Amino acid sequence: MIPAMTYIIKVANLSKRYASGFQALRHVDLDIREGEIFALLGPNGAGKTTLISTICGIVRPSQGTVTVGGHDITADYRAARGMIGLVPQELTTDSFESVWATVTFSRGLFGKPPDPGLITQILKDLSLFDKKDAKIMTLSGGMKRRVMIAKALSHEPRVLFLDEPTAGVDVELRRDMWQLVGRLRARGATIILTTHYIEEAEEMADRVGVISKGEIILVEDKAVLMAKLGKTQLTIDLQNRIDAVPESLAPFQLRLAEGGGALVYTYDTQAQGTGITVLLQALADAGLRLKDLHTRQSSLEEIFVNLVSDR
Amino acid sequence: MNLHGMKAIYRFEMARTWRTLWQSIVSPVISTSLYFVVFGAAIGSRMQEIDGIAYGAFIVPGLIMLSLLTQSISNASFGIYFPRFTGTIYEVLSAPISTFEIVTGYVGAAATKSVILGLIILATAALFVPLRIEHPLWMLAFLVLTAVTFSLFGFIIGIWAEGFEQLQFVPMLVVTPLTFLGGSFYSIDMLPPLWRTISLFNPVVYLVSGFRWSFFGTADVHIGVSVAMTLVFLALCLAGIAWIFRTGYRLKA
Repeated sequence: MIPAMTYIIKVANLSKRYASGFQALRHVDLDIREGEIFALLGPNGAGKTTLISTICGIVRPSQGTVTVGGHDITADYRAARGMIGLVPQELTTDSFESVWATVTFSRGLFGKPPDPGLITQILKDLSLFDKKDAKIMTLSGGMKRRVMIAKALSHEPRVLFLDEPTAGVDVELRRDMWQLVGRLRARGATIILTTHYIEEAEEMADRVGVISKGEIILVEDKAVLMAKLGKTQLTIDLQNRIDAVPESLAPFQLRLAEGGGALVYTYDTQAQGTGITVLLQALADAGLRLKDLHTRQSSLEEIFVNLVSDR
Repeated sequence: MNLHGMKAIYRFEMARTWRTLWQSIVSPVISTSLYFVVFGAAIGSRMQEIDGIAYGAFIVPGLIMLSLLTQSISNASFGIYFPRFTGTIYEVLSAPISTFEIVTGYVGAAATKSVILGLIILATAALFVPLRIEHPLWMLAFLVLTAVTFSLFGFIIGIWAEGFEQLQFVPMLVVTPLTFLGGSFYSIDMLPPLWRTISLFNPVVYLVSGFRWSFFGTADVHIGVSVAMTLVFLALCLAGIAWIFRTGYRLKA
């Protein structure tokens, strides 16, 4: 069992009902371990941004408690908020300010004395230093996203929330961001990210949480989740096309693919036996001649879609 | 106390003033100078003295007050409305900073700008008309108190407003008429009794009267009443802001 001290964020029985009556969060319990990268997945309107906004102090909870580093977000909001950096989903920037001025402002706002050396380093890490005197309105969307990350990092937070950090950015910048997240984690920061790019979570996260209709429906180590819920598919390319799966192969629940030129067998890698040996024998007995075999493991995206669609 | 946070907001807002120097300082000074040229030099020379004060000098406190009220409201309302409009308010709301510190930063900067503007207009007025200030400390106190009070009022408008039109509504259609009808260009003693009584329901009368007293030692209403009315309005604004942050009105869902 993991000691309680290793959890940097503890969310207990958190609910949020907006004035409109919309219930955005329902009795959410969630613990985030210090130093991990936690991916929060969920469809649009699932409650991801409401959950993050509540932890950060932007949305008022209707019920429940949240602590950050042991500090209650309401009773001890200064200590709690001081540990958090937030990069929101929307590109909201001070268009008329320079990059340097806006990042310096953020550091001051969070109660930290000026530190030009640190700001310089952050801007260099984000390839923004040569734009430090540029007005934000002159920057590209990707650069603005970097500025928002620089602002969030300016007060050296222990917890960084990235709400859809790579939405609308190009592949190169996305890769840069992944590297940055890796570097931050190496320095000991805890990172919570929401994303629509499942491959992003698959690439970076240590643990995955899935939220749907305001409820956390699953929290699991990514590797365990993939092993537990992930399926592997064996595609058997046939030398001759067939119209239907032979009756004798019914127990294997094969799916006909590629216009009758292939059969797809889905099996569980965690099961005691995969049934592949028996299947191959059955295929030979049915008189089917094989051209090729290849396997593919289901992605986190497929797991996520299955989880959400099951509800 | 998050002093760095307060300073960050204050400096950020003051930087906006210097960036928009024409709009913030030069434009109000030019428009007020035009008032002096028209009412002070052109028409004022044909007007008789009021309470022994030349008309050109008589209107100086009222004109300063007109700029002070409108600019305090505009500066403070824009200061908080703009981050709401752009969405950057998220950063202030998620920072380890108290209501008092947020308001001090925004309102402090707005009031500073207004006081600077008031002093510049005063210096400009001195170029057009001979001026005397009998109670300079009271004059400064009134200047600061009015700037702070109406910056607080502007802050409330900036949170209430849901568009730029609403932002302009109160300074243009409420404060400016009240200031014109509040004795800026005349003594309310010159009005018929009924209109004089009605004027006493205009809060700007007390501000202009008190401010004019600090210049010339004469006033439409007693200085104590002027100070008390200003403090009452200050208290109302503080109560409004306390309610806004307690309930999260238009700031937090």
